[in-house]
Amino acid sequence: MSAPDLDALTAFLAAAVRVATPLLLAAIGETVTERGGVINLSLEGAMLAGALAAALGAGAGGPWAGVLTGALAGLAAAALFAAVSVGAGVNQILAGTAVTLMCVGITGTVYRRAYGYGGPGLTIPTLAPLPLPGLSRIPVLGESLFAQPVPTYLGFLAVPAAWWLLYRTRTGLQLRATGEAAELARAAGVQVRLLRFAATLAGGVFGGVAGASLVLAQVGTFAERMTAGRGYVAIAIVVLGRWHPVGVALAALLFGAATALQFLFQALGLAVPYQVFLMLPYLLTLGALAGAVGRVRPPADLGR
Amino acid sequence: MSAGGPELPAPSRGWRRALPRGFRDGALALAVGLGVLALGLEAAGYDAPAALGALWRGAFGSWYALASGTLVRSVPLILIGVGICLAFRGGALNIGAEGQFYAGAIAATWIGVHAAGWPGLAAVPALWLGGALAGALWAAVPAWLKLRFGVLEVISTLLLNFVAEFLVSWMVQGPLQEAKHIYPQSDAIAAAARLPALAGTRLHLGFALALAVGLVGWYVLTRTLWGFRLRAAGAGPRAAEVSGRIAVPRVAAAGLLWSGALAGLAGAVEIGGVSYALFQNLSPGYGFTGIAVALLARLDPLAVLATGALFGALEAGAGAMQREAAIPAVAVYVVEGVIILVILLAEVAARRARRAASGAGLVTG
Repeated sequence: MSAPDLDALTAFLAAAVRVATPLLLAAIGETVTERGGVINLSLEGAMLAGALAAALGAGAGGPWAGVLTGALAGLAAAALFAAVSVGAGVNQILAGTAVTLMCVGITGTVYRRAYGYGGPGLTIPTLAPLPLPGLSRIPVLGESLFAQPVPTYLGFLAVPAAWWLLYRTRTGLQLRATGEAAELARAAGVQVRLLRFAATLAGGVFGGVAGASLVLAQVGTFAERMTAGRGYVAIAIVVLGRWHPVGVALAALLFGAATALQFLFQALGLAVPYQVFLMLPYLLTLGALAGAVGRVRPPADLGR
Repeated sequence: MSAGGPELPAPSRGWRRALPRGFRDGALALAVGLGVLALGLEAAGYDAPAALGALWRGAFGSWYALASGTLVRSVPLILIGVGICLAFRGGALNIGAEGQFYAGAIAATWIGVHAAGWPGLAAVPALWLGGALAGALWAAVPAWLKLRFGVLEVISTLLLNFVAEFLVSWMVQGPLQEAKHIYPQSDAIAAAARLPALAGTRLHLGFALALAVGLVGWYVLTRTLWGFRLRAAGAGPRAAEVSGRIAVPRVAAAGLLWSGALAGLAGAVEIGGVSYALFQNLSPGYGFTGIAVALLARLDPLAVLATGALFGALEAGAGAMQREAAIPAVAVYVVEGVIILVILLAEVAARRARRAASGAGLVTG
């Protein structure tokens, strides 16, 4: 390959990783939640709340304050969802949809209150890429993977951390047992409800940070409904990654690559409407789900 | 077919028993929803009494507000809500009515702009049929993915919402864009395809259609074998399969298809009766509000007529709230979300009470 080709490949991979970052963060959190038997559709709302809170927090106290407020907003959304679904035992799908609706309403109202009709523009301090010494000098892979803003590295670290939690700790074993057979786990002395609460809250924090990374490390501003279904896509990515952190990471990167393809094709000047490229990741996810689901089994007590 | 059927509102056993509790729960949910809205607006520094006043005037303040605001807004909500009843009762959690609505709107627009010179008696039914078919087709994808590959319909219907929105975006900038190719919207549909409206108001024929769909939906669900099978499949899939010899996956898929057809019909009626043209953001989230409408009606199509009108009032009032009190209309989503949660919580509480009363012991979850 010639040098321009390599440059294009590097740019494509870097874009794929950038797009994948919020999805990776949200999906890793949701993996932990779902292994405990809870499917959290309010993840979309947690991301949206996290995104707005991050914009407000960053405006007041810098980008890291934004990450913190984003995480707290995600935690709050997940806490409401967990109280109603895990606590009171309401249908998880419907409770998640309701909490997301509330988040759309709250963020829309607060956003207008805070920024009026002009929006925050590009006044939010953002997280600049932080090239890792040494690693970012590796051609192509290093340049695309290791010259990213910090949230991307958080995502990278979350994968082994979630794996270790789920497969190498007693809590992880109990959590997985809770997801597979809640009644048996309870009979064996596992605190089923407590674990599910904790796993749901953890997922909410990750969702909030994912929303924060969308604002602070990818887009640079907030817009109403800016998550545009990324929370739902993250849930599909969990299925696609077969509820395993490594699989989920690969699925998130795949989705990022499918989205980044549009930049590549647009640069090539193909006479295809751009909306087709916008649809592509969703369609690929559907296709991949159809191909993957038959061979995998979700946690047996998911959603119950 | 669902990921968690057990906590769905139980089928009501006849009106006389279900009605009082349904009313009580509904009134409670509405009161809590509006209360949360008022507190939230106060906390955010808005004038809550002024906001609620504007909401009331926008919904019920005059005959024009009632007919042209509330009732017009209720039409898509009733159509989608009845469809959600059919899907949810059969155990298919259709979260994709938004996409199915857009599929119907696209098809109806295409027919409408080509219907110049047709007699109205042909154009209007063609629009409705085209919209319903397109909606059913959009729902057929998740139904097929579920039957053939076991893909959760919750996820596939959700993902297809976004595909539909991008499809609309393409249509109004591409194949269906208005003749001058300036604005991202379609040409207006032919006069013959537009629905007649009540004199002096914008209340169009679609309202009568919505009433009829509510009645027919109730009859089919409660008085026909098809409806019985659908309810059995959703209420106790294993029992229906074993003792009733009901092909549960297929019955549930049929509920999903009809749900898509009604959402598509709602899209066609919105084009034919309200907007006369296709554009992005045609729906202010009707597909999601329709879920709240159906749940508040405890999945009873007849009750959807009332809850659809109620949510129509909320949305019409929200518009007035934005105009008069400068409060973003999206704030009503908070009310809708709270209403769903309160209804579901009331259901769970009622079920617990029944269980305690009957002394049933082994309960999972």
